[in-house]
Amino acid sequence: MSPTISTGGSSHQTTPRGLDPESYQKDPSAFLRQRRGRYGERAAMGVLVGSAGLSILVTVGIFFALLFPALEFFREVSIFDFLTGQRWAPTFSDASFGVLPLITGTLWTTAIGMLIAVPFGLGAAIYLAEYAPNRVRKILKPVLEVLAGIPSVVYGYFALYFVAPTVLNDLLNVQVGTFSVMAAGIVLGIMIIPTVASLSEDAMSAVPRSLREASLALGANRMRTTLRVVFPAAVSGITASIVLAASRAVGETMIVALAAGTRSQMVSGPTEAGQTMTGFIAQTATGESSPGSLTYNTLFAVGLLLFAVTLLMNVVAGSIVRRIREVY
Amino acid sequence: MVTLGAIATAPLKAQREGDKNGKSIVFLGVLWFAVLFAVVCLATLLVTAFVDGSTRLDANLFTRYSSIVLPERAGARAAILGSALVIVTTAVMAIPLGVAAAIYLEEFADSKRWYNKVIEVNLTNLAAVPAIVYGMLTAGVALSIGMPRRVVLAGAIALALLILPVVIITTREAIRAVPQEIRQGSLALGATPLQTVWRQTLPSAVPGIATGSILALSRALGEAAPLLLLGGLVFVSYDPNGLMSGFTTLPIQIYNWAKEPQLAFQQVASAAIIVMLALLLLMNTLAIIIRNRYQKRW
Repeated sequence: MSPTISTGGSSHQTTPRGLDPESYQKDPSAFLRQRRGRYGERAAMGVLVGSAGLSILVTVGIFFALLFPALEFFREVSIFDFLTGQRWAPTFSDASFGVLPLITGTLWTTAIGMLIAVPFGLGAAIYLAEYAPNRVRKILKPVLEVLAGIPSVVYGYFALYFVAPTVLNDLLNVQVGTFSVMAAGIVLGIMIIPTVASLSEDAMSAVPRSLREASLALGANRMRTTLRVVFPAAVSGITASIVLAASRAVGETMIVALAAGTRSQMVSGPTEAGQTMTGFIAQTATGESSPGSLTYNTLFAVGLLLFAVTLLMNVVAGSIVRRIREVY
Repeated sequence: MVTLGAIATAPLKAQREGDKNGKSIVFLGVLWFAVLFAVVCLATLLVTAFVDGSTRLDANLFTRYSSIVLPERAGARAAILGSALVIVTTAVMAIPLGVAAAIYLEEFADSKRWYNKVIEVNLTNLAAVPAIVYGMLTAGVALSIGMPRRVVLAGAIALALLILPVVIITTREAIRAVPQEIRQGSLALGATPLQTVWRQTLPSAVPGIATGSILALSRALGEAAPLLLLGGLVFVSYDPNGLMSGFTTLPIQIYNWAKEPQLAFQQVASAAIIVMLALLLLMNTLAIIIRNRYQKRW
């Protein structure tokens, strides 16, 4: 008697155990994908979906957390006075809630920051993408990463105790006080150089080599190729990087809280002190403002404005990339 | 092979001749100046902090509490402990959530569905929301559920929400780098998709996830803005002892010291900056070591 070879367990089947053979034969792969998960897999899947969905919840949460106190605020102060008033004095006895001084403060620091960040950031990006030998790139990229990784409060210290007194007053002979939108803006610009540089470099590196080769073959030199071929081809990515950097400048808090000053006034020149939207939030947040009070609600009204402005800029940056991107 | 490559790159090098006219040289000079500017700024910033702070970099800085009357002997003890506690709590919340969300988006989500598109767009926008807004969100939520807002837990929640998009984005990149064959092999052997993720994809992606998470946490360590509403205690003279304890962190302490006009406060602020930058350097080095040593090359 020859021993029978046991296949182990149930006999061999052409379909997986316990499944309807007909639908399996129709489309085996779809059938396998749909099969019921093991014990607990549904729960595990639920956790994964829930974690991803949380990001939506955060956005909705931000919106309502800002909106409700802001609505309380607008019950007492008309939205028209808020947006067009030229005097910001929320804690004075003759309180006034015109947000324009904070907006001019933000505009000045952001504009000065962009004046620094765009030329230097783009210059660094062009050098890294088109000129730098690999050896140099390997040193420069980490330098930019370190610059991007330094906490903003350190930049604020730098603006207050080095840029304003030493660089501006002593070296450049520009007379500024302890606080000025100029010192804050310059350091803000230094902080966002890496944002402009790395995003623009990505955009330029994505331009295919064949375009450069065609340009060089037609007799253009490297500078011409860079400025007339690579730069226009990457212009959507570069523009988006600039808008994103500007949105970071608008939302940056610690530098302006330390170096721009706390006196809210219509800023009319770069050497003046001025308070920004984020600067006001920072100053009021550290003080004792009891929830529900008008001061507390003022905080959120300004916060809502800040959130709306930066969100708009981010959406614009995203749509620039989508709309005018050249696909190679 | 070698000659093919040489032929492909030869025209680019031959064009160098046309780069020696005046305009091109000036252009390259401008580019060099831009790069040099960034390098000089970084160097100046670091030197300034070290020069100002080196005199106060002593034992007092680590063992004593902050003091408003004796800035010469003020220390950052409460801030260092507070930072440590807040960052650990942040990590416990942000990393599991971020990894789970990244797994869903990268491995299971059908990117053609509208709700997955909404999540994608939402993530890029969240990554660019100003940090201080996360503090306002947490303060608002804490108020509405009746939780105290100036405590470690509230600060950690704000920072976790702040770095969540970063953790998700870096984790997705790490997961994407795991080759498809690993998944197919696992599925072919009968593992369910979730088993494949848990036993094959995720372990292979751990170095990348760890690197990304450490870098995200180092951002949280240096961030002060969202904590102004949540832990803006100026002179904390006790160790934080739990999730519901009042606290301060290094960047907040630096901000508060830097605001004071006396020179002694400026010195202790820059000494604390040195400590914070050293901690950041440590974390970044760790991330680089993990990336270089454990990252698999497929």
